[in-house]
Amino acid sequence: MKRKVLSAVFKYSQLVILIVILIILSLTSKEFLTWDNISNVVMQQMPFMLIISMGMTLAILTKGIDLSIASNLALSSCVAAYFIKDGKVFLGILAAVVIGALVGAVNGVLITKARLEPFIATYTMDMVVRGLAYLFMSGTLFYGFSAGFCSIATGSVGPISNLLIISLLLFAVLFFALRKTTYGRSVYAIGCNINATRLSGINTGGVVFSIYVINGLLAAVTGLLYIARLNAAESTIGSDFTMQMMAATLIGGTSFSGGKGGIERTLLGVLIMVFIANGMNLNGVSSLLQDAVFGVFIVISLVIDKFGSKYSANL
Amino acid sequence: MSNSDIALQMKDICKYFPGVKALDHVGFEVKKGEVHVLLGENGAGKSTLMKILSGVYPKDGGEIFLEGEPVEIHGVKEAQALGISIIHQELNMLTERDIAQNIFLGREPVKNKLNAVDTKKMYADSSALLQKLDIDLNPKTMIKDLSIAQQQMVEVVKALSIQTKILIMDEPTSSLTQKEIDRLFSIVRSLRDSGISIVYISHRMEEIFEIGDRVTVMRDGKYIDTVNVRETDMSRLISMMVGRTIDHLYSRTYHTPGEEALRTENLTGLRFRNVNISLHRGEIVGLAGLVGAGRTELVKAIFGYDPIDSGTILLNGKKVKRHSPKELVENGLVLIPEDRKNEGLVVQEPIKNNIVQASLRKLFKNHIVNKEIERKTAEKYHADLHIASSGIVQKVESLSGGNQQKVVLGKWLCTGCNVLIFDEPTRGIDVGAKAEIYELMNQLVGEGYAILMISSDQMELLGMSDRIYVMCEGEITGELSKEDATPALLLSYSIGKGGIESE
Repeated sequence: MKRKVLSAVFKYSQLVILIVILIILSLTSKEFLTWDNISNVVMQQMPFMLIISMGMTLAILTKGIDLSIASNLALSSCVAAYFIKDGKVFLGILAAVVIGALVGAVNGVLITKARLEPFIATYTMDMVVRGLAYLFMSGTLFYGFSAGFCSIATGSVGPISNLLIISLLLFAVLFFALRKTTYGRSVYAIGCNINATRLSGINTGGVVFSIYVINGLLAAVTGLLYIARLNAAESTIGSDFTMQMMAATLIGGTSFSGGKGGIERTLLGVLIMVFIANGMNLNGVSSLLQDAVFGVFIVISLVIDKFGSKYSANL
Repeated sequence: MSNSDIALQMKDICKYFPGVKALDHVGFEVKKGEVHVLLGENGAGKSTLMKILSGVYPKDGGEIFLEGEPVEIHGVKEAQALGISIIHQELNMLTERDIAQNIFLGREPVKNKLNAVDTKKMYADSSALLQKLDIDLNPKTMIKDLSIAQQQMVEVVKALSIQTKILIMDEPTSSLTQKEIDRLFSIVRSLRDSGISIVYISHRMEEIFEIGDRVTVMRDGKYIDTVNVRETDMSRLISMMVGRTIDHLYSRTYHTPGEEALRTENLTGLRFRNVNISLHRGEIVGLAGLVGAGRTELVKAIFGYDPIDSGTILLNGKKVKRHSPKELVENGLVLIPEDRKNEGLVVQEPIKNNIVQASLRKLFKNHIVNKEIERKTAEKYHADLHIASSGIVQKVESLSGGNQQKVVLGKWLCTGCNVLIFDEPTRGIDVGAKAEIYELMNQLVGEGYAILMISSDQMELLGMSDRIYVMCEGEITGELSKEDATPALLLSYSIGKGGIESE
């Protein structure tokens, strides 16, 4: 009985951590447990991080990684802003989607055809794409978008923000694809053992390619939402996102060795991240200290995970 | 027998893993200067016993005596200090370092207070050790440039460099050619003659009679018996291992071959040239040859995993156009690979996922995994193939080799294939499970499947095949009917001498 409880605790350790954090924060800060604060965190901050972290999780599930998501987000949203500031909203959105997918496709080709390590391929693409964004903007800022475009991100349906609705819809689609379809089966199998999966007659190259294209599309969507909310675009957008996405994936419990974890865990990881950041701000913790706190949290969650899987394996 | 002859005594050793009694009061005794074979099926407890001896696992009960003195072993370092070394089946070497660096890994000789490595001494000592065993290798050679057999010899040298009294070898020959095995055995004999005791774990029955002095048999975590090799025979050992008598390992009923299932015309690739083979329904065709003859490369290329340079493949009379595993599986040809853990299965996943893995499109037309169809399909093959497990949700990594092989087979049968290529179908599989795999192969050809079987086990080739092709250095050097094939003939074709010895 005790063992059953303990192994359940380990299995859902991220959920336990999240609840503990929520309790601690509501005890230490009066403002924390208010509708304004919680809805701000969940409806305004979490959605961006959730969408791109799901992309990162997909790549990590296949034993890959995508370090170009953040710069792809910047380039696609800057090009989109170029059109949108002149009122060509549809053209802008189309441009962002095409650029996002294209960058993802280049990653996919480098990884599946040129056989580069995902780390190398996406790291170099990150530099190239960020460089193109700098060149495109050459230090300027685009702003003054139409109210209609901005309302995509700032609007809401009843009390629920559009941002939350969009991110949860994407979550639902990806969750279904990963857990209920043959595509998802292939993704997990590739993460565990790409050789055996290919030798089972599965088009592994196609699946891996699709993952990076999906990542590009998610980056473009996030970029569009981001500039819509800021009502401005610049080339340095999202330069600190990459580490946060990896942190959310890791805290959630998706393994870098591939085939283990999932976006439902990353959802928890993202919630843990945004609530910790929020709690530190409310309690007046210096922003200089926040990175260190995230680092400690990643280590703690990984240790719990290792300990937990060892424990469960011995049951 | 006087007590001074005894190098090692293990008494009443117990080991529990959660839910399993892995070792149940096991006794084991090794004399000085003998090759003692430890025999048993997978899961019999051989490896666990040896891991306790070499300090990898702590024991849960029992005593260990070295030369009569009781000892407690708390780790690999302690075991080594007591003179116990183990060479694992999967070699643990730094492939990007040279021989000397591997031999002295963690024990590098130093020349001053700064602990600078005395490289001169390290290479000189390595040379001396290599010479002592008459191994012609330069200590500066990188491990990655060595064959598996040579790597194994370096492991032996490494064990000797730490004053080993008891050397444990876990299936050392599983990936060696006959010539390399002979070489390894002569080294083992010279070690034995210098007074070192060798515990030799093997599945290959023939080896026991070639190299062993005494043999201890284990079954289901229990000690069964210890006998002198000279006073026993193969069938007695097998019945001790499996706890029952196996009348015949190879069961074959022969049929008139049906239509042609697979044909290659002048197939040429990186490691093979001008290969023309033909396989009919209802036939098991063997593919013999030495390790390195290009057999695995040939079948991997046929299966679309490796590229072909020229030539054609005809599958069920139709030319294969797009050459990839995906196309071949869809057209009914499958490969049961030699390396089943890395190429045949996703071992981290449950049995059911593995069984449906190659049939996702066929089973789930709208791309959505229907749990009910998946369960029924997996249950069917689980039952048909007699896969021994706690159920279809058990992870494949915890199955025995024989049951893993059955999961691979189930995965392929589920696709509706009709041509099966087996690459070393029974490697690493115990005798009892071997007989089951042979029986399954026999059933399959009876139902009209066609089987191409690569094997390095001559008895298996001769016992199971309708016909045998022999390969040497990338070319087919002979084709023998089951009536004509003899071990001597297979060997002479394998080394490219044609049928000379038979004439």
